[in-house]
Amino acid sequence: MKQKFLKKYRYSLILLRELVITDFKLRYQGSALGYIWSLLRPLALFAILYVVFVKFLPVGKGIPHYPVYLLLGIVVWNYFTEVSNNGVGAIVGRGDLIRKLNFPKYVIVLAGSFSALINLALNLVVVVIFAVASGVEVSIGSLWAPLLLVELFVFSLSVAFLLSALFVKLRDINYIWEVLMQGAFYGTPIIYPINSIPVIAQKVLILTPPAQIMQDLRQAFIWPQAATVGTIYGTEWARLIPVAFVAVFAVFSMLYFRRHAKNFAEEV
Amino acid sequence: MAENDIAISVDSVSKFFKLPHESNNSIKARFTNSIRKKNKGYEVQHALQGISFDIKKGEFFGIAGRNGSGKSTLLKILAGIYQPTKGTVRADGKLVPFIELGVGFNPELSGRENVYLNGALLGFNRKEIDAMYDEIVEFAELAKFMDQKLKNYSSGMQVRLAFSVATRAKADIMLIDEVLAVGDADFQRKCYDYFKALKKTDMTIVFVTHDMSAVREYCDRAILIEGGHITHEGKASTIADEYLKLFMDKGSALVINEANRWGSGEVTFSDISHKVTQSDITISFTLNNNTDKTFDETIDFGLDFYSEDKLITGTHYNQSHTKGLSLSSKQKKKVISVFPNTLGMKNYSINMNIKTDKGLVVCEEFTSAVNFYNTHGKSTFFPVVTDADFKIE
Repeated sequence: MKQKFLKKYRYSLILLRELVITDFKLRYQGSALGYIWSLLRPLALFAILYVVFVKFLPVGKGIPHYPVYLLLGIVVWNYFTEVSNNGVGAIVGRGDLIRKLNFPKYVIVLAGSFSALINLALNLVVVVIFAVASGVEVSIGSLWAPLLLVELFVFSLSVAFLLSALFVKLRDINYIWEVLMQGAFYGTPIIYPINSIPVIAQKVLILTPPAQIMQDLRQAFIWPQAATVGTIYGTEWARLIPVAFVAVFAVFSMLYFRRHAKNFAEEV
Repeated sequence: MAENDIAISVDSVSKFFKLPHESNNSIKARFTNSIRKKNKGYEVQHALQGISFDIKKGEFFGIAGRNGSGKSTLLKILAGIYQPTKGTVRADGKLVPFIELGVGFNPELSGRENVYLNGALLGFNRKEIDAMYDEIVEFAELAKFMDQKLKNYSSGMQVRLAFSVATRAKADIMLIDEVLAVGDADFQRKCYDYFKALKKTDMTIVFVTHDMSAVREYCDRAILIEGGHITHEGKASTIADEYLKLFMDKGSALVINEANRWGSGEVTFSDISHKVTQSDITISFTLNNNTDKTFDETIDFGLDFYSEDKLITGTHYNQSHTKGLSLSSKQKKKVISVFPNTLGMKNYSINMNIKTDKGLVVCEEFTSAVNFYNTHGKSTFFPVVTDADFKIE
C-alpha cells in the first residue's frame, strides 16, 4: 500500500520537497536576520496592536491573558494571509516552468502552503512561550488544537488553489483579493472580542473559517469561555456548519484547479 | 506491426489556439466583450490539423519544419504540456522533454542547489543526485564554481551545467527541441557526441529541428510539417530534401521542376555522360551558371550512388576541397569525376546535386541522373571507396 503510494506520487514528492527547500532558502536570502524575520514580523504587528488596543483603547478588558489571545489571533491570520497571497501568484509566477515541462501543477501550490506551515510552527512556539510566561493554564481542551490546525491548513490551501487557478484567467484577482483581505482583517475577531458586536453580525462572522478556527483555538488553549460557533448558536451541533463548508469548499476548489490545470501552459 | 513496438502513437491530433484580439484577461474586458456580442474577442489559430503518425521503440525520429509550422506545438503536445484540441497521443514508457536547457534554474541559488532542483524536475531524488553529483560537476568542468550563485555564472557556464544534468536523464523516450543550437564549438561537439551516444542506446528519441544536416546524420525517420499538416513522412534524407525544397518554391523564375529535377535553377547540370571500365567509373558533366551572379567559392556539388533505393556511397566536392567552387557570371565549367570501380555487379543510379550557401540553397537536385549496370562489378563486395578525383576544366 505504502509502496504503491510512493510509486504513484514519487515525482510529486521529489518536486514538493525540492520546491519547499528552495522556497525556504530563498525567502530571507541576503537579509542579516534571516529566519528570525518570520518571528519578528508577527511580533512587531503584535507590539503595535498591543500598545494601541491594550494601553490606549482597551477593547479586550474582560478577556484574561488578552495579549496571548491577541497574538494567537494574529498568528492564525498571518498564516491564512501568507498562504492565500502566495496562492494568487503561484501558478502565474511559475509560468516559465509550466510552459516547458509537464508536471503536477498542484505541487507548486502545495509547496507554497508547506513553507508557510514552517512559519506557522515557529510562530506557534512563540505563542506557547508567551502563554507559559503569562501563566495560562493548559486545559484538556488543547487536545483539539491539532485538528483545528488541520482545518486551517485545508481551508487556506483550498483558497490558494482556487485563487491560483482564477488568477491565470482573470488578472484582476490579486487586486480584488488584496481589498477583500483588508476588509476581512477587521471582519474577523482578531483584535476585538466577537461578543462586542451585534448578535446578527456575530452569527455571520463566526461562520467564516478563519474566525471559527481562531475562536476555537482560543477556547481550547487560552480561555474556555471564549465565544465559539457552539455558544453563539446555542447548540454544539452548529460547529458542523463551518466544518462542512470547509470540506465542500475544499473539494470544489481542488476540482476546479484540476480541471483548469491542463490548460495552464497555454494561458499563463 | 505489433502494438508494443510503438513508443508514441499520435492519432489525428489537432490543436487550435484562441488568440485574443486584445487582452481579455481583465474583468472589464470580459464585461464589455459580453455586451458587444458580435465581437468574439478572439481569433482561432489552427496550429495543427489532423496529425497522425507512429514512432517505433528505439527510433531516432525527426520532426522538421519551418518556424511557425507547428513543430514546436507538436513537441509540446507530445510532452503533455499542451492538451490536443482533438485526437489522442499515447506514449509507452517514461518520457522526458528537453524543451529548453536548465528549466527551473534559479539565479539566486548556488550551482550545487540548482543541480538538485533541476534534477528533481527531471525526476531524480536527492539520493540519486548525490550518487551522480561528481560526474555532473566533472562533465560540466565547473568544480570550482559549484558553491557560487548561478547569477555569477557566465551564460556558457550555465548552459554547460544544465546540459550536464540533462545528459543524466534516463527515460524510455526523450523529446529534444533545438536546445543544442547554442554554445560554442566545443560545446556543440559535446552535444553531438552525446547524440551519437544516444543513437546507440535503445531509447526512443524525438528530435525537433530545422538543421537538416542533423536530421540526415542522426535521424532514422522523420516527418515534415508545413502549415500545421504533415506534408511528408519517411526516410530522414528524403525529408531533409523536401525541407530544403520549401525554400526553393519562393525562388526566382529560374526554378526547374521536372519529375526528377528540382531546385532554384541558378546553377544546373548539363552534358552528363558516364563511362564504366574495369578500374574506374567516370562521370563527366558541365556546371552552368545561369545567372549574372558570381559564386565566389560557394558552390558544392555531389554524387550519391544508389542501388535498389539504398544509398551505397557518395561524395561531394567540399569533401576533398576546403573551399567551394567558383563560377563567374554565366560561366560554364566541365567536370570529370573519376571513381575507383569497387562496386558490385548490379544496377546503380546516381543522384546529383548542386548546392550553395553552405548547403542551404539547392540549385539542382537531379534524381537518377545516371543509370548503369556495372558489368565490371566485383563478385565479392569490396569496401566502397568514395574518394573521387574531380578534374575541373
